[in-house]
Amino acid sequence: MGQNRRDFLKILAGAGAGAIALGAFEPAKADVTSLPGYPNQYGVLVDTTVCIGCRRCEWACKEWNKLPGQKSLNEYEEDRAVFDKVRRTHADTYTVVNRFDNPRDPSKPIYVKKQCMHCYEPGCASSCFVKAFTKRPEGAVTYNASLCVGCRYCLAACPFDIPAYQYYDPWTPQVTKCTFCFDRIRKEGGVPACVATCPVETMTFGKRTDLIDLAHKKIRDNPNQYVNHVYGENEVGGTCWLYLASVPFNQIGFRTDLGTLPIPTFSKPFLSLVSPVFIAIPALCVGLYSFRRRRDQIAAEELKKALESKEAK
Amino acid sequence: MDATVTTAEFRPTWVQDKLFLGMTFRDYLRSNFTLFNAVAAVILLIGIPVILYRLIYGLGPSTNLSDNNPWGIWIGFDMLCGVALAAGGFVIGTAVHLLGMKEYRFLFRPAVLTGFLGYLFAIIALTFDLGRYYRIPYPMFVSWGVNSVLFLVAWHVALYLGCQLVEWCPAIFEWLNMKKARKIMIKATLGATIFGVCLSMLHQSALGSIFLLMPEKLHPLWYSEYIPLWFFMSAVVGGIVMTIIESTASHRIFIHQVKNDNPGQLERVTIGLGKAAAVGLFAYFFMKVIGLAHGNTWGYLNTGYGYLWLVEVLGFVLAPALVFMYAVQNKLAGMVRGTAIWTAVGIVFNRLNHSIIAFNWHLPWEYRYVPHWMEVVLTITVVTIGILTFRWIMNRMPILYEHPDFEPEDH
Repeated sequence: MGQNRRDFLKILAGAGAGAIALGAFEPAKADVTSLPGYPNQYGVLVDTTVCIGCRRCEWACKEWNKLPGQKSLNEYEEDRAVFDKVRRTHADTYTVVNRFDNPRDPSKPIYVKKQCMHCYEPGCASSCFVKAFTKRPEGAVTYNASLCVGCRYCLAACPFDIPAYQYYDPWTPQVTKCTFCFDRIRKEGGVPACVATCPVETMTFGKRTDLIDLAHKKIRDNPNQYVNHVYGENEVGGTCWLYLASVPFNQIGFRTDLGTLPIPTFSKPFLSLVSPVFIAIPALCVGLYSFRRRRDQIAAEELKKALESKEAK
Repeated sequence: MDATVTTAEFRPTWVQDKLFLGMTFRDYLRSNFTLFNAVAAVILLIGIPVILYRLIYGLGPSTNLSDNNPWGIWIGFDMLCGVALAAGGFVIGTAVHLLGMKEYRFLFRPAVLTGFLGYLFAIIALTFDLGRYYRIPYPMFVSWGVNSVLFLVAWHVALYLGCQLVEWCPAIFEWLNMKKARKIMIKATLGATIFGVCLSMLHQSALGSIFLLMPEKLHPLWYSEYIPLWFFMSAVVGGIVMTIIESTASHRIFIHQVKNDNPGQLERVTIGLGKAAAVGLFAYFFMKVIGLAHGNTWGYLNTGYGYLWLVEVLGFVLAPALVFMYAVQNKLAGMVRGTAIWTAVGIVFNRLNHSIIAFNWHLPWEYRYVPHWMEVVLTITVVTIGILTFRWIMNRMPILYEHPDFEPEDH
């Protein structure tokens, strides 16, 4: 009996130590819904009513980030056939401009630039099991290829379908996405390459809080020109890139069913189950085990007694 | 087995005894010329070059994966189904070591072996899916992304592999005749089982929770806060039905190893497992319906995806549950076995629905994923190598029978 008890305690101690060890490296994060986010994030306000679809931003992006497949600026401006298909970001392309029909004025199609939205609470960052993504105080969500294992969970977890993968690189493939030109904007006066190159000032770079004010002012001042919706103000908890449009956003390639909850909040309740399981389940298991042993022991003793009394007769 | 008859004086060396089943190398080679091995050889002849092609030329040419569809059957089948159907070790371990169901003890070692190999080969298949597979230890040793469900999966699957190794070790040490090491490992079995229960509960449900981050991509009939519960419950059922399938197959294929001193034992235990599977399936069915009610997604039932859901839930959960019940009441072990296969197919169907068929349902057909033939071949190859490994071990280690030189294990 003493032996059993000692074993039992040993198991209990082992299970407890295991729970503590696991508890230590399982998530301990702040409540993402209540975080206001970094106070001084930059943002870009994209006014889709201004864009002329010249695709100079695509050219500038490739130029600055030294991406493969670069062509001359002329070719970008003249190639109108690319608009026949709605495109998405790819391994060599951090940003694309798409064309949509304008239901209000068919002679003026709507051009929409697409790139990483730089979420307040990025889904990609919460999906990454090696913390390869970082939300910077400046607003940019950056990627560290030296940690990436290539599981591509970030591609699946992005609600805007932005991260892409270098599937054709067999040895050192990377996830690719817009960096918000982090190397430019972190310097005083720095502006993303696409914003700097835009000939018609479709994009405004600045503090995100100021851009929200600007966006609402534009809507107030021109109620006929814009729908009353700043895309990115509340989508998935808010994004650094914001959009204005003259037609509902779901008509120009945006998803309007994403809701306002940050993506990380969806897995949080499950992750908070980890420590309770490691506390409750070992206790329950050891309890079950010792009940079972006790039951077996009593049964054996009773059998022995019954046999003895039978022999005595 | 002619060799042992003709050479009565033949004393096998250690290598011949342990590796060549007590035969000389030449006899051992000759004994391997079988139809089964011929089929396996053909699969490997095609499959191993495909694996090399994937490793040398990358994911692009060898798969149909894309930026919209980052995961294919290597995740949806090899990983999700492999791990769910390898839950037998955890289920039988709980029954035998914690609940003291002694009549199921003879199933423990084969179930643990199946579980261990299931996890091992799921990880091997996953390796081919990872862009930089050589960095697979990164989440353990280089950078901890503790906010990721995948981090939990990585750690727990790795730790659970260790737990199952501990549970399997007594058989290895009996094979190698290492008495002391065996004794230590038997003492550790209970701890490993309890730790394994916690790990299994969490990583089985975590494999489903991976999809919690994609409410906008997974069809509402499959997306729910209940995903963790669904995945855990169906994995428990998967463990039970795979134990039925595996024990039936092993007792047929390796019948010469089993001393038939307890006729009808396998039948009785199969029916007992069938009962457990029926209970598990009913629980799972009600969880699925509660998910429907909780998400208020009834409206989707009368759509194409709704019919798919109904086929999955009525045809592969409720129907087998009812048949299990009928078979158990009428003591029809054969029917339990057939229904076990049916249920296993249903679990595969469910995992593929979650990861591929109902995933990205909003995209037009031309952007949807269909596996490349090399993905299919690689999957078949990995499964084949898994089965060959299983057979290699079954032929050598005391998995189905108790080793005559050792006392039965107890802790």
